[in-house]
Amino acid sequence: MLTKRIIPCLDIKNGRTVKGVNFVNLRDAGDPVELAKQYAVKGADELVFLDISATLEGRKTMIEMVLKVAEQVNIPFTVGGGISSVEDVDLLLKSGADKISVNSSAVKRPELVNELSSKFGSQCVVVAIDAKQVNGQWKVHLAGGSIPTELDLFDWAKEVETRGAGEILFTSMNNDGTKNGFANQALAKLSETVNIPIIASGGAGTIQHFTDTFKEGKADAALAASVFHFGEIEIKNLKEELKQKGVSVRL
Amino acid sequence: MKIVIINYGAGNIKSIQFAFKRLGFEALLTNNPEEIKAADKVIFPGVGEASSAMQKLKESGLNRLIPQLKQPVLGICLGMQLMCKSTEEGNTKGLGIFDVDVKRFSNTVKVPQMGWNTINNLQSDLFKGVKDDEFMYLVHSYYAEQCKDAIATTTYDVAYASALQKDNFYGVQFHPEKSSLAGEQILRNFINL
Repeated sequence: MLTKRIIPCLDIKNGRTVKGVNFVNLRDAGDPVELAKQYAVKGADELVFLDISATLEGRKTMIEMVLKVAEQVNIPFTVGGGISSVEDVDLLLKSGADKISVNSSAVKRPELVNELSSKFGSQCVVVAIDAKQVNGQWKVHLAGGSIPTELDLFDWAKEVETRGAGEILFTSMNNDGTKNGFANQALAKLSETVNIPIIASGGAGTIQHFTDTFKEGKADAALAASVFHFGEIEIKNLKEELKQKGVSVRL
Repeated sequence: MKIVIINYGAGNIKSIQFAFKRLGFEALLTNNPEEIKAADKVIFPGVGEASSAMQKLKESGLNRLIPQLKQPVLGICLGMQLMCKSTEEGNTKGLGIFDVDVKRFSNTVKVPQMGWNTINNLQSDLFKGVKDDEFMYLVHSYYAEQCKDAIATTTYDVAYASALQKDNFYGVQFHPEKSSLAGEQILRNFINL
């Protein structure tokens, strides 16, 4: 049976992890490769690296990081942040990334999704969508949630599926950072709207939140950052509890 | 031990090369027929779309070379699918090594299947030391039907052949290079065949 995936997300700036990480046995908490290896051992199913470098130099460092992760880590990983062209993706995939994610660049130029899926295959094209519920309407936001658009979350999800996206990473801006749980209603509706896998993101605080997003939110995978980085939730404990609650996981 | 990875411009092959490196083996990326023929072990990778991948094989004559190889050959993901008779993706005729057709998952499940699923009914030295119901990482929209060449079964939408073998030819739908320790065991077994 296909299992639900647990995905730690690492923010990377100039080749280093940004948010503090509180792991014992970690020689260098700022080293994404060290951290990725630890997560693979702890039972993470996949990893997401989000490049938040704003400079060209930072981007070059990202490629070096991708090569090192691919060399040393034996689980799949996605790279996102600032990707806007076929050339960007070509370089990342050639460096060993399994999937890439596009966000604002796809909203600005939706044909990018078609170009990427026809050149590299849908399986490696993740479209990340940041959305916020405003007056009952889920609206897509850009630039890390700071710029609102008129795009409806569900219309946009349907459109990127048609254009060849292989997966959707949905972050609810209403839930992100709250530790009050995932946006399960919107997630469940997304799963009914499209027929590609959905990664839930934003709001993880407790183990129960993960159970809920898999059961009520019908999510195929759940992504979180701080609860894992600070050791508030251990992936092994999380998966054992999910299994007890009847959610199928890889243990 | 000379391992080659056939490089015909299909997808992320760096990961496979790195996986062998973790096991202590250098694998050469090549599309040179002489290099491929002279290798002890051949990896036939593939990520992307079937008809364009098949087109690339034809352009380089690899479509004729691969079925004639005598050493162990391991097709991975799309590589495995292209070793079958045909695939519904792009209505493509395959290399016909495995006597089975490749079909698309129905829309009663999410397509692609993406993530970790179990393999069982393991029936080959390729799986030595790998237990039934071990988890493997898969990303695919098309699958090989159950058939006599099947050496592993996975269930998603239907029970299908997630690994195939005929003589010296092996194929796996999953990505051993991305499937943690059990995946590495399968690659080690392939080297030891």
